[in-house]
Amino acid sequence: MTVNQATATRVEQSAVVEARQLGLTFQTNDGPVRALSNVDLTINKGEFVSFIGPSGCGKTTFLRVIADLEKPTEGTISINGMSSEQAREARAYGYVFQAAALLPWRTIERNVALPLEIIGLPRAEQQERIKRTMDLVNLSGFEKKYPWQLSGGMQQRASIARALAFDADLLLMDEPFGALDEIVRDHLNEQLLQLWRRTDKTICFVTHSIPEAVYLSTRIVVMSQRPGRVTDVIESTLPKERPLDIRESPEFLAIAARVRDGLRAGHSYED
Amino acid sequence: MDRVRDKIIPVLTILAALVAVWYVAAVFMNAPFQRDLDRRAGETPGTIEFIGKTLSQPKPTMPAPHQVAQNFFENTFLRKVTSNRSLVYHSWVTLSSTLLGFAFGTALGILIAVGIVHVTALDRSLMPWIIASQTIPILAVAPMIIVVLAAIGVTGLIPKALISTYLSFFPVAVGMVKGLRSPEVMHLDLMHTYNASASQTFWKLRVPASVPFLFASMKVAVAASLVGAIVGELPTGAVAGIGAKLLAGAYYSQTIDIWAALVAGSVVAAMLVVLVGLVGKLVERSMGGRPA
Ligand SMILES: Nc1ncnc2c1ncn2[C@@H]1O[C@H](COP(=O)(O)OP(=O)(O)OP(=O)(O)O)[C@@H](O)[C@H]1O
Ligand SMILES: [Mg+2]
Repeated sequence: MTVNQATATRVEQSAVVEARQLGLTFQTNDGPVRALSNVDLTINKGEFVSFIGPSGCGKTTFLRVIADLEKPTEGTISINGMSSEQAREARAYGYVFQAAALLPWRTIERNVALPLEIIGLPRAEQQERIKRTMDLVNLSGFEKKYPWQLSGGMQQRASIARALAFDADLLLMDEPFGALDEIVRDHLNEQLLQLWRRTDKTICFVTHSIPEAVYLSTRIVVMSQRPGRVTDVIESTLPKERPLDIRESPEFLAIAARVRDGLRAGHSYED
Repeated sequence: MDRVRDKIIPVLTILAALVAVWYVAAVFMNAPFQRDLDRRAGETPGTIEFIGKTLSQPKPTMPAPHQVAQNFFENTFLRKVTSNRSLVYHSWVTLSSTLLGFAFGTALGILIAVGIVHVTALDRSLMPWIIASQTIPILAVAPMIIVVLAAIGVTGLIPKALISTYLSFFPVAVGMVKGLRSPEVMHLDLMHTYNASASQTFWKLRVPASVPFLFASMKVAVAASLVGAIVGELPTGAVAGIGAKLLAGAYYSQTIDIWAALVAGSVVAAMLVVLVGLVGKLVERSMGGRPA
Protein backbone atom coordinates (compact mmCIF):
# COMPACT_ATOMS: atom_id res chain seq x y z
CA MET A 1 0.00 0.00 0.00
CA THR A 2 1.36 3.43 -0.85
CA VAL A 3 1.53 6.17 1.72
CA ASN A 4 -1.13 8.18 -0.10
CA GLN A 5 -3.61 5.35 0.06
CA ALA A 6 -2.83 4.89 3.72
CA THR A 7 -3.54 8.56 4.42
CA ALA A 8 -6.75 8.37 2.44
CA THR A 9 -8.08 5.47 4.52
CA ARG A 10 -7.18 7.23 7.72
CA VAL A 11 -9.06 10.38 6.79
CA GLU A 12 -12.08 8.29 5.86
CA GLN A 13 -12.49 6.33 9.04
CA SER A 14 -10.37 8.39 11.49
CA ALA A 15 -9.77 5.20 13.45
CA VAL A 16 -6.30 5.41 14.90
CA VAL A 17 -6.15 1.94 16.41
CA GLU A 18 -8.27 -0.91 15.13
CA ALA A 19 -7.99 -4.35 16.73
CA ARG A 20 -10.03 -7.20 15.27
CA GLN A 21 -10.26 -10.53 17.09
CA LEU A 22 -6.77 -9.86 18.33
CA GLY A 23 -5.04 -12.62 20.26
CA LEU A 24 -1.52 -13.26 21.43
CA THR A 25 -0.13 -16.44 22.90
CA PHE A 26 3.43 -16.45 24.26
CA GLN A 27 5.27 -19.73 23.89
CA THR A 28 7.16 -20.19 27.13
CA ASN A 29 9.11 -23.06 28.62
CA ASP A 30 6.16 -23.78 30.90
CA GLY A 31 3.83 -24.02 27.92
CA PRO A 32 1.75 -21.42 26.10
CA VAL A 33 0.59 -18.29 27.92
CA ARG A 34 -2.46 -16.70 26.43
CA ALA A 35 -1.87 -12.99 27.13
CA LEU A 36 -4.64 -11.60 24.92
CA SER A 37 -7.69 -13.13 23.37
CA ASN A 38 -10.52 -11.88 21.16
CA VAL A 39 -9.79 -8.21 21.64
CA ASP A 40 -12.06 -6.06 19.46
CA LEU A 41 -11.41 -2.40 19.92
CA THR A 42 -11.52 0.73 17.82
CA ILE A 43 -9.85 3.88 19.10
CA ASN A 44 -10.70 7.01 17.19
CA LYS A 45 -8.65 10.10 16.62
CA GLY A 46 -8.56 12.45 19.60
CA GLU A 47 -9.73 9.87 22.15
CA PHE A 48 -8.17 9.40 25.54
CA VAL A 49 -8.52 5.70 26.33
CA SER A 50 -7.48 4.19 29.66
CA PHE A 51 -6.80 0.51 30.18
CA ILE A 52 -7.42 -0.86 33.63
CA GLY A 53 -7.35 -4.40 34.94
CA PRO A 54 -5.59 -6.77 37.29
CA SER A 55 -1.86 -7.32 37.04
CA GLY A 56 -0.96 -9.71 34.25
CA CYS A 57 -4.16 -9.18 32.24
CA GLY A 58 -2.25 -8.08 29.15
CA LYS A 59 -2.39 -4.29 29.25
CA THR A 60 1.30 -3.90 28.53
CA THR A 61 1.10 -6.62 25.92
CA PHE A 62 -1.71 -4.79 24.13
CA LEU A 63 0.29 -1.56 24.00
CA ARG A 64 3.30 -3.50 22.76
CA VAL A 65 1.21 -5.00 19.97
CA ILE A 66 0.11 -1.52 18.92
CA ALA A 67 3.77 -0.44 19.03
CA ASP A 68 4.91 -3.38 16.87
CA LEU A 69 7.06 -4.68 19.72
CA GLU A 70 5.02 -7.91 19.75
CA LYS A 71 3.31 -9.64 16.84
CA PRO A 72 -0.23 -10.88 17.42
CA THR A 73 -0.74 -14.59 16.89
CA GLU A 74 -4.41 -14.18 15.95
CA GLY A 75 -6.51 -11.44 14.41
CA THR A 76 -5.35 -8.12 13.04
CA ILE A 77 -4.25 -4.73 14.27
CA SER A 78 -4.07 -1.59 12.20
CA ILE A 79 -2.78 1.85 13.13
CA ASN A 80 -3.97 4.78 11.03
CA GLY A 81 -5.00 2.22 8.44
CA MET A 82 -1.48 0.85 8.25
CA SER A 83 0.06 -2.28 9.66
CA SER A 84 1.71 -1.78 13.04
CA GLU A 85 5.10 -2.15 11.39
CA GLN A 86 4.40 0.56 8.82
CA ALA A 87 3.06 2.77 11.59
CA ARG A 88 6.22 2.31 13.60
CA GLU A 89 8.33 3.09 10.56
CA ALA A 90 6.24 6.21 10.02
CA ARG A 91 6.95 7.11 13.68
CA ALA A 92 3.25 7.25 14.35
CA TYR A 93 3.47 6.91 18.12
CA GLY A 94 5.46 7.81 21.20
CA TYR A 95 5.84 5.18 23.91
CA VAL A 96 6.32 5.69 27.64
CA PHE A 97 7.51 2.44 29.18
CA GLN A 98 6.48 1.13 32.57
CA ALA A 99 10.05 1.92 33.77
CA ALA A 100 11.91 5.10 32.90
CA ALA A 101 14.43 3.44 30.54
CA LEU A 102 16.80 6.41 30.50
CA LEU A 103 20.30 5.91 29.12
CA PRO A 104 22.65 6.19 32.14
CA TRP A 105 25.48 7.85 30.19
CA ARG A 106 23.33 10.71 28.92
CA THR A 107 22.28 13.73 30.93
CA ILE A 108 18.55 14.30 31.29
CA GLU A 109 18.45 16.75 28.40
CA ARG A 110 20.52 14.45 26.18
CA ASN A 111 18.06 11.67 27.04
CA VAL A 112 15.16 13.83 25.96
CA ALA A 113 17.14 14.71 22.84
CA LEU A 114 17.70 11.05 21.90
CA PRO A 115 14.59 10.55 19.73
CA LEU A 116 15.06 14.02 18.26
CA GLU A 117 18.61 13.15 17.20
CA ILE A 118 17.33 9.93 15.67
CA ILE A 119 14.69 11.64 13.55
CA GLY A 120 17.31 14.24 12.62
CA LEU A 121 15.76 17.46 13.90
CA PRO A 122 17.88 20.61 13.63
CA ARG A 123 19.70 21.63 16.81
CA ALA A 124 17.63 24.74 17.45
CA GLU A 125 14.35 22.84 17.22
CA GLN A 126 15.75 20.14 19.51
CA GLN A 127 16.63 22.79 22.10
CA GLU A 128 13.22 24.38 21.86
CA ARG A 129 11.39 21.06 22.35
CA ILE A 130 13.65 20.00 25.21
CA LYS A 131 12.98 23.23 27.05
CA ARG A 132 9.24 23.06 26.48
CA THR A 133 8.79 19.47 27.62
CA MET A 134 11.19 19.79 30.57
CA ASP A 135 9.10 22.76 31.74
CA LEU A 136 5.94 20.75 31.26
CA VAL A 137 7.06 17.96 33.58
CA ASN A 138 8.64 20.42 36.07
CA LEU A 139 12.20 19.30 35.53
CA SER A 140 13.72 22.65 34.57
CA GLY A 141 17.06 23.04 36.27
CA PHE A 142 17.86 19.32 36.07
CA GLU A 143 18.91 19.35 32.40
CA LYS A 144 22.58 18.63 33.11
CA LYS A 145 22.02 15.93 35.73
CA TYR A 146 22.54 12.27 35.06
CA PRO A 147 19.68 9.82 35.68
CA TRP A 148 21.26 8.36 38.84
CA GLN A 149 21.24 11.84 40.38
CA LEU A 150 17.43 11.97 40.15
CA SER A 151 14.74 10.24 42.18
CA GLY A 152 12.71 7.46 40.57
CA GLY A 153 9.73 9.75 40.06
CA MET A 154 11.88 12.42 38.45
CA GLN A 155 13.37 9.83 36.14
CA GLN A 156 9.88 8.78 35.13
CA ARG A 157 8.98 12.41 34.41
CA ALA A 158 12.10 12.70 32.24
CA SER A 159 10.94 9.70 30.25
CA ILE A 160 7.54 11.36 29.80
CA ALA A 161 9.28 14.52 28.61
CA ARG A 162 11.19 12.38 26.14
CA ALA A 163 8.00 10.89 24.72
CA LEU A 164 6.29 14.28 24.55
CA ALA A 165 9.31 15.82 22.77
CA PHE A 166 8.98 13.11 20.13
CA ASP A 167 5.57 14.68 19.47
CA ALA A 168 3.75 11.83 17.72
CA ASP A 169 -0.03 12.00 17.25
CA LEU A 170 -0.54 8.75 19.15
CA LEU A 171 0.81 8.46 22.68
CA LEU A 172 1.10 5.04 24.33
CA MET A 173 1.67 5.34 28.07
CA ASP A 174 2.21 2.31 30.28
CA GLU A 175 1.54 3.28 33.92
CA PRO A 176 3.52 6.48 33.47
CA PHE A 177 2.58 7.94 36.84
CA GLY A 178 2.74 4.73 38.86
CA ALA A 179 5.94 5.76 40.67
CA LEU A 180 4.88 9.32 41.57
CA ASP A 181 3.45 10.83 44.72
CA GLU A 182 -0.17 12.01 44.75
CA ILE A 183 0.56 15.73 44.36
CA VAL A 184 2.94 15.33 41.44
CA ARG A 185 0.54 12.83 39.96
CA ASP A 186 -2.35 15.31 40.15
CA HIS A 187 -0.20 17.97 38.57
CA LEU A 188 0.90 15.72 35.72
CA ASN A 189 -2.66 14.49 35.21
CA GLU A 190 -3.75 18.10 34.71
CA GLN A 191 -0.82 18.84 32.43
CA LEU A 192 -1.53 15.75 30.36
CA LEU A 193 -5.21 16.64 30.00
CA GLN A 194 -4.30 20.17 28.94
CA LEU A 195 -1.81 18.86 26.41
CA TRP A 196 -4.36 16.41 25.05
CA ARG A 197 -7.07 19.09 24.71
CA ARG A 198 -4.67 21.49 23.02
CA THR A 199 -3.10 19.08 20.58
CA ASP A 200 -5.79 16.63 19.55
CA LYS A 201 -3.49 13.72 20.29
CA THR A 202 -4.83 10.22 20.72
CA ILE A 203 -3.72 8.71 24.01
CA CYS A 204 -3.71 5.10 25.22
CA PHE A 205 -3.04 5.09 28.93
CA VAL A 206 -2.53 2.11 31.24
CA THR A 207 -3.22 2.60 34.93
CA HIS A 208 -4.15 0.74 38.09
CA SER A 209 -5.88 3.78 39.58
CA ILE A 210 -9.65 4.08 39.06
CA PRO A 211 -9.78 7.84 39.87
CA GLU A 212 -6.93 8.50 37.47
CA ALA A 213 -8.63 6.52 34.70
CA VAL A 214 -11.95 8.28 35.21
CA TYR A 215 -10.40 11.73 35.51
CA LEU A 216 -8.40 11.44 32.31
CA SER A 217 -10.36 9.33 29.91
CA THR A 218 -13.04 9.67 27.31
CA ARG A 219 -13.30 5.90 27.43
CA ILE A 220 -12.21 3.30 29.94
CA VAL A 221 -11.40 -0.21 28.83
CA VAL A 222 -11.72 -2.76 31.62
CA MET A 223 -9.73 -5.93 31.09
CA SER A 224 -9.61 -9.25 32.89
CA GLN A 225 -7.19 -12.07 33.26
CA ARG A 226 -6.55 -15.54 31.90
CA PRO A 227 -6.87 -15.12 29.09
CA GLY A 228 -6.48 -11.34 28.92
CA ARG A 229 -9.59 -9.90 27.32
CA VAL A 230 -11.75 -6.79 27.27
CA THR A 231 -14.72 -7.23 29.61
CA ASP A 232 -16.20 -3.76 29.63
CA VAL A 233 -15.85 -0.47 27.79
CA ILE A 234 -17.17 2.56 29.66
CA GLU A 235 -17.85 5.86 27.90
CA SER A 236 -17.17 8.87 30.08
CA THR A 237 -19.90 11.49 30.27
CA LEU A 238 -17.59 14.05 31.83
CA PRO A 239 -16.97 17.28 29.88
CA LYS A 240 -13.67 17.82 28.10
CA GLU A 241 -12.82 20.63 30.53
CA ARG A 242 -12.05 18.95 33.87
CA PRO A 243 -10.85 20.82 36.94
CA LEU A 244 -9.30 18.58 39.60
CA ASP A 245 -12.32 18.94 41.90
CA ILE A 246 -14.54 17.27 39.31
CA ARG A 247 -13.39 14.16 41.11
CA GLU A 248 -15.83 14.91 43.92
CA SER A 249 -18.82 15.29 41.59
CA PRO A 250 -21.60 12.64 41.67
CA GLU A 251 -21.16 12.04 37.95
CA PHE A 252 -17.48 11.22 38.43
CA LEU A 253 -18.24 8.91 41.36
CA ALA A 254 -20.90 7.12 39.35
CA ILE A 255 -18.46 6.37 36.55
CA ALA A 256 -15.85 5.27 39.09
CA ALA A 257 -18.38 2.89 40.63
CA ARG A 258 -19.11 1.37 37.22
CA VAL A 259 -15.41 0.83 36.59
CA ARG A 260 -15.06 -0.77 40.01
CA ASP A 261 -17.96 -3.12 39.31
CA GLY A 262 -16.44 -4.03 35.97
CA LEU A 263 -13.11 -4.80 37.63
CA ARG A 264 -14.79 -6.89 40.36
CA ALA A 265 -16.72 -8.92 37.81
CA GLY A 266 -13.57 -9.67 35.85
CA HIS A 267 -11.47 -10.52 38.87
CA SER A 268 -11.11 -14.20 39.51
CA TYR A 269 -10.76 -15.14 43.13
CA GLU A 270 -10.42 -18.86 42.54
CA ASP A 271 -6.66 -18.77 42.93
CA MET B 1 44.11 7.92 55.76
CA ASP B 2 41.44 5.38 54.83
CA ARG B 3 43.29 4.67 51.66
CA VAL B 4 46.44 3.88 53.62
CA ARG B 5 44.58 1.56 55.94
CA ASP B 6 42.42 -0.13 53.30
CA LYS B 7 44.86 -0.56 50.46
CA ILE B 8 48.49 0.11 51.23
CA ILE B 9 48.85 -1.75 54.53
CA PRO B 10 47.46 -5.09 53.29
CA VAL B 11 49.61 -4.89 50.18
CA LEU B 12 52.73 -4.08 52.20
CA THR B 13 52.03 -6.94 54.62
CA ILE B 14 51.86 -9.44 51.77
CA LEU B 15 55.00 -7.92 50.25
CA ALA B 16 56.92 -8.28 53.53
CA ALA B 17 55.80 -11.90 53.87
CA LEU B 18 56.89 -12.64 50.31
CA VAL B 19 60.31 -11.06 50.84
CA ALA B 20 60.79 -13.11 54.01
CA VAL B 21 59.87 -16.34 52.23
CA TRP B 22 62.14 -15.34 49.38
CA TYR B 23 65.12 -14.88 51.73
CA VAL B 24 64.56 -18.25 53.35
CA ALA B 25 64.22 -19.90 49.96
CA ALA B 26 67.39 -18.19 48.73
CA VAL B 27 69.40 -19.48 51.70
CA PHE B 28 68.19 -23.05 51.20
CA MET B 29 68.59 -23.11 47.43
CA ASN B 30 72.06 -21.56 47.44
CA ALA B 31 73.31 -23.60 50.39
CA PRO B 32 74.42 -26.78 48.54
CA PHE B 33 76.62 -24.83 46.12
CA GLN B 34 78.04 -22.72 48.95
CA ARG B 35 78.88 -25.84 50.96
CA ASP B 36 80.61 -27.23 47.90
CA LEU B 37 82.68 -24.04 47.55
CA ASP B 38 83.57 -23.98 51.23
CA ARG B 39 84.60 -27.63 51.22
CA ARG B 40 86.93 -27.06 48.26
CA ALA B 41 88.43 -24.00 49.88
CA GLY B 42 88.74 -25.91 53.15
CA GLU B 43 86.73 -23.32 55.06
CA THR B 44 84.28 -23.96 57.90
CA PRO B 45 82.27 -20.76 58.36
CA GLY B 46 79.84 -20.24 61.24
CA THR B 47 76.10 -20.25 60.59
CA ILE B 48 75.72 -16.48 60.33
CA GLU B 49 78.71 -16.16 58.04
CA PHE B 50 77.44 -19.07 55.93
CA ILE B 51 74.03 -17.49 55.50
CA GLY B 52 75.67 -14.20 54.57
CA LYS B 53 77.67 -15.99 51.88
CA THR B 54 74.62 -17.77 50.42
CA LEU B 55 73.00 -14.38 50.01
CA SER B 56 75.93 -12.77 48.20
CA GLN B 57 76.99 -15.25 45.53
CA PRO B 58 77.72 -13.63 42.17
CA LYS B 59 75.74 -16.28 40.20
CA PRO B 60 73.32 -17.72 42.77
CA THR B 61 70.72 -20.35 41.97
CA MET B 62 68.24 -18.05 43.61
CA PRO B 63 69.32 -14.43 44.01
CA ALA B 64 68.42 -12.70 47.24
CA PRO B 65 65.94 -9.79 47.11
CA HIS B 66 68.59 -7.18 47.92
CA GLN B 67 70.81 -8.48 45.11
CA VAL B 68 67.96 -8.16 42.64
CA ALA B 69 67.00 -4.77 44.03
CA GLN B 70 70.55 -3.50 43.75
CA ASN B 71 70.95 -4.80 40.19
CA PHE B 72 67.59 -3.36 39.22
CA PHE B 73 68.42 0.01 40.77
CA GLU B 74 71.84 0.25 39.13
CA ASN B 75 70.63 -0.79 35.70
CA THR B 76 67.56 1.42 35.84
CA PHE B 77 68.77 4.65 37.37
CA LEU B 78 72.55 4.72 37.14
CA ARG B 79 73.02 3.92 33.46
CA LYS B 80 72.54 6.10 30.43
CA VAL B 81 69.17 5.11 28.92
CA THR B 82 70.91 4.49 25.59
CA SER B 83 73.28 1.99 27.17
CA ASN B 84 72.87 -1.68 26.25
CA ARG B 85 72.93 -2.49 29.96
CA SER B 86 70.15 -0.11 30.90
CA LEU B 87 66.89 -1.77 31.86
CA VAL B 88 65.10 1.40 30.82
CA TYR B 89 66.46 0.90 27.32
CA HIS B 90 65.41 -2.76 27.18
CA SER B 91 62.00 -1.98 28.70
CA TRP B 92 61.46 0.73 26.12
CA VAL B 93 62.23 -1.69 23.28
CA THR B 94 59.71 -4.19 24.67
CA LEU B 95 57.21 -1.48 25.50
CA SER B 96 57.20 -0.09 21.97
CA SER B 97 56.27 -3.42 20.43
CA THR B 98 53.82 -4.06 23.28
CA LEU B 99 52.01 -0.80 22.54
CA LEU B 100 51.99 -1.36 18.79
CA GLY B 101 50.68 -4.91 19.23
CA PHE B 102 48.14 -3.75 21.80
CA ALA B 103 46.84 -1.09 19.43
CA PHE B 104 46.54 -3.65 16.60
CA GLY B 105 45.00 -6.20 18.96
CA THR B 106 42.43 -3.80 20.37
CA ALA B 107 41.44 -2.63 16.89
CA LEU B 108 41.23 -6.19 15.62
CA GLY B 109 39.28 -7.33 18.67
CA ILE B 110 36.74 -4.53 18.29
CA LEU B 111 36.41 -5.21 14.57
CA ILE B 112 35.78 -8.91 15.17
CA ALA B 113 33.26 -8.14 17.93
CA VAL B 114 31.34 -5.73 15.70
CA GLY B 115 31.26 -8.38 12.99
CA ILE B 116 30.10 -11.09 15.37
CA VAL B 117 27.35 -8.93 16.86
CA HIS B 118 25.99 -7.78 13.51
CA VAL B 119 26.43 -10.77 11.23
CA THR B 120 24.84 -14.02 12.38
CA ALA B 121 27.00 -16.05 10.02
CA LEU B 122 30.15 -14.64 11.64
CA ASP B 123 28.78 -15.36 15.10
CA ARG B 124 28.50 -19.03 14.22
CA SER B 125 31.67 -19.39 12.15
CA LEU B 126 34.20 -17.08 13.76
CA MET B 127 33.84 -17.70 17.48
CA PRO B 128 35.04 -21.34 17.50
CA TRP B 129 38.14 -20.36 15.49
CA ILE B 130 38.91 -17.48 17.80
CA ILE B 131 38.71 -19.72 20.83
CA ALA B 132 40.77 -22.40 19.08
CA SER B 133 43.42 -19.81 18.26
CA GLN B 134 43.99 -19.22 21.95
CA THR B 135 44.44 -22.90 22.76
CA ILE B 136 47.58 -23.08 20.61
CA PRO B 137 50.54 -22.41 22.88
CA ILE B 138 52.08 -19.08 22.03
CA LEU B 139 55.57 -20.50 22.51
CA ALA B 140 54.92 -22.80 19.55
CA VAL B 141 53.47 -20.11 17.35
CA ALA B 142 55.93 -17.32 18.09
CA PRO B 143 59.00 -18.82 16.38
CA MET B 144 56.94 -19.71 13.31
CA ILE B 145 55.64 -16.18 12.96
CA ILE B 146 59.11 -14.71 13.42
CA VAL B 147 60.75 -17.14 10.98
CA VAL B 148 58.05 -16.88 8.32
CA LEU B 149 58.05 -13.09 8.47
CA ALA B 150 61.85 -12.99 8.41
CA ALA B 151 61.77 -15.14 5.27
CA ILE B 152 59.68 -12.55 3.48
CA GLY B 153 61.90 -9.78 4.77
CA VAL B 154 59.83 -8.47 7.69
CA THR B 155 61.93 -8.17 10.82
CA GLY B 156 62.23 -5.92 13.85
CA LEU B 157 59.25 -4.39 15.55
CA ILE B 158 56.40 -5.75 13.41
CA PRO B 159 56.81 -9.52 14.03
CA LYS B 160 57.02 -8.99 17.79
CA ALA B 161 54.02 -6.68 17.70
CA LEU B 162 52.06 -9.31 15.76
CA ILE B 163 52.60 -11.82 18.55
CA SER B 164 51.28 -9.23 21.00
CA THR B 165 48.33 -8.73 18.69
CA TYR B 166 47.71 -12.46 18.62
CA LEU B 167 47.48 -12.55 22.41
CA SER B 168 45.61 -9.29 22.97
CA PHE B 169 42.83 -9.36 20.38
CA PHE B 170 41.13 -12.25 22.13
CA PRO B 171 40.13 -10.64 25.44
CA VAL B 172 39.05 -7.51 23.60
CA ALA B 173 36.93 -9.46 21.13
CA VAL B 174 35.24 -11.49 23.85
CA GLY B 175 34.72 -8.45 26.09
CA MET B 176 33.35 -6.32 23.29
CA VAL B 177 30.94 -8.99 22.09
CA LYS B 178 29.58 -9.06 25.60
CA GLY B 179 29.60 -5.26 25.83
CA LEU B 180 27.88 -4.65 22.51
CA ARG B 181 25.22 -7.14 23.56
CA SER B 182 24.82 -5.62 27.02
CA PRO B 183 22.02 -3.07 26.35
CA GLU B 184 18.81 -3.95 28.14
CA VAL B 185 15.88 -5.24 26.12
CA MET B 186 13.90 -2.16 27.13
CA HIS B 187 16.51 0.17 25.65
CA LEU B 188 16.54 -1.84 22.45
CA ASP B 189 12.72 -1.67 22.38
CA LEU B 190 12.97 2.08 22.87
CA MET B 191 15.24 2.45 19.84
CA HIS B 192 12.84 0.20 17.94
CA THR B 193 9.90 2.50 18.70
CA TYR B 194 11.91 5.40 17.25
CA ASN B 195 12.52 3.29 14.17
CA ALA B 196 16.25 3.88 14.70
CA SER B 197 18.52 2.44 12.03
CA ALA B 198 21.00 -0.29 12.91
CA SER B 199 23.84 2.21 12.82
CA GLN B 200 21.99 4.66 15.10
CA THR B 201 21.33 1.85 17.57
CA PHE B 202 24.97 0.88 17.31
CA TRP B 203 26.44 4.33 17.94
CA LYS B 204 23.90 5.69 20.39
CA LEU B 205 23.22 2.53 22.41
CA ARG B 206 25.58 -0.39 21.86
CA VAL B 207 28.86 1.52 21.76
CA PRO B 208 28.32 3.60 24.93
CA ALA B 209 26.99 0.53 26.75
CA SER B 210 30.13 -1.41 25.82
CA VAL B 211 32.66 1.12 27.15
CA PRO B 212 33.08 -0.44 30.65
CA PHE B 213 33.50 -3.86 29.03
CA LEU B 214 36.09 -2.44 26.63
CA PHE B 215 38.29 -1.07 29.39
CA ALA B 216 37.98 -4.18 31.53
CA SER B 217 39.14 -6.32 28.62
CA MET B 218 41.84 -3.83 27.60
CA LYS B 219 43.40 -4.24 31.04
CA VAL B 220 43.76 -7.96 30.41
CA ALA B 221 44.84 -7.36 26.82
CA VAL B 222 47.64 -4.94 27.65
CA ALA B 223 49.20 -7.40 30.08
CA ALA B 224 48.86 -10.16 27.47
CA SER B 225 50.50 -7.84 24.92
CA LEU B 226 53.53 -7.45 27.12
CA VAL B 227 53.85 -11.21 27.51
CA GLY B 228 53.56 -11.49 23.72
CA ALA B 229 56.30 -8.95 23.15
CA ILE B 230 58.66 -10.70 25.58
CA VAL B 231 57.93 -14.11 24.07
CA GLY B 232 58.47 -12.59 20.63
CA GLU B 233 61.96 -11.51 21.63
CA LEU B 234 63.03 -14.98 22.72
CA PRO B 235 63.31 -16.84 19.40
CA THR B 236 64.79 -13.98 17.37
CA GLY B 237 68.00 -13.97 19.27
CA ALA B 238 67.00 -10.38 19.71
CA VAL B 239 69.70 -8.06 20.93
CA ALA B 240 67.41 -5.77 22.84
CA GLY B 241 64.28 -6.00 24.95
CA ILE B 242 63.33 -7.64 28.22
CA GLY B 243 63.03 -11.00 26.45
CA ALA B 244 66.56 -10.65 25.03
CA LYS B 245 67.83 -9.74 28.46
CA LEU B 246 66.21 -12.88 29.95
CA LEU B 247 67.72 -15.04 27.23
CA ALA B 248 71.21 -13.55 27.63
CA GLY B 249 70.97 -13.91 31.37
CA ALA B 250 70.07 -17.59 31.04
CA TYR B 251 72.90 -18.14 28.53
CA TYR B 252 75.53 -16.71 30.85
CA SER B 253 73.89 -17.92 34.08
CA GLN B 254 73.48 -14.29 35.16
CA THR B 255 70.61 -15.15 37.47
CA ILE B 256 70.58 -11.73 39.11
CA ASP B 257 70.21 -10.11 35.66
CA ILE B 258 67.33 -12.45 34.86
CA TRP B 259 65.49 -11.56 38.02
CA ALA B 260 66.13 -7.86 37.56
CA ALA B 261 64.73 -8.11 34.02
CA LEU B 262 61.69 -9.93 35.40
CA VAL B 263 61.16 -7.13 37.90
CA ALA B 264 61.44 -4.60 35.07
CA GLY B 265 58.82 -6.56 33.12
CA SER B 266 56.46 -6.58 36.12
CA VAL B 267 56.92 -2.87 36.66
CA VAL B 268 56.09 -2.17 33.00
CA ALA B 269 53.04 -4.48 33.19
CA ALA B 270 51.78 -2.83 36.37
CA MET B 271 52.22 0.64 34.89
CA LEU B 272 50.35 -0.35 31.73
CA VAL B 273 47.44 -1.93 33.60
CA VAL B 274 47.17 1.02 35.97
CA LEU B 275 47.31 3.45 33.05
CA VAL B 276 44.52 1.66 31.17
CA GLY B 277 42.47 1.55 34.35
CA LEU B 278 42.99 5.26 34.88
CA VAL B 279 41.97 6.16 31.34
CA GLY B 280 38.95 3.90 31.77
CA LYS B 281 37.96 5.73 34.95
CA LEU B 282 38.33 9.12 33.28
CA VAL B 283 36.22 8.05 30.31
CA GLU B 284 33.51 6.58 32.53
CA ARG B 285 33.51 9.73 34.64
CA SER B 286 33.03 11.84 31.53
CA MET B 287 30.11 9.58 30.61
CA GLY B 288 28.33 10.43 33.84
CA GLY B 289 29.50 7.37 35.73
CA ARG B 290 28.53 7.39 39.36
CA PRO B 291 31.67 7.93 41.43
CA ALA B 292 32.29 4.69 43.30
N1 LIG C 1 7.71 -11.88 26.73
C1 LIG C 1 6.83 -12.66 27.39
N2 LIG C 1 6.97 -13.99 27.36
C2 LIG C 1 6.10 -14.78 28.01
N3 LIG C 1 5.03 -14.35 28.68
C3 LIG C 1 4.83 -13.03 28.75
C4 LIG C 1 5.73 -12.10 28.10
N4 LIG C 1 5.28 -10.85 28.35
C5 LIG C 1 4.17 -11.00 29.09
N5 LIG C 1 3.89 -12.29 29.34
C6 LIG C 1 2.72 -12.80 30.09
O1 LIG C 1 1.57 -12.24 29.52
C7 LIG C 1 0.63 -11.87 30.52
C8 LIG C 1 0.29 -10.41 30.38
O2 LIG C 1 1.41 -9.62 30.72
P1 LIG C 1 1.40 -8.04 30.69
O3 LIG C 1 2.78 -7.57 30.95
O4 LIG C 1 0.77 -7.58 29.44
O5 LIG C 1 0.48 -7.70 31.95
P2 LIG C 1 0.00 -6.28 32.51
O6 LIG C 1 -1.46 -6.23 32.38
O7 LIG C 1 0.78 -5.20 31.87
O8 LIG C 1 0.39 -6.41 34.04
P3 LIG C 1 0.92 -5.28 35.06
O9 LIG C 1 -0.30 -4.50 35.47
O10 LIG C 1 1.47 -6.05 36.20
O11 LIG C 1 1.93 -4.46 34.34
C9 LIG C 1 1.27 -12.22 31.84
O12 LIG C 1 0.72 -13.46 32.26
C10 LIG C 1 2.73 -12.37 31.54
O13 LIG C 1 3.30 -13.35 32.34
MG1 LIG D 1 2.25 -3.86 32.50
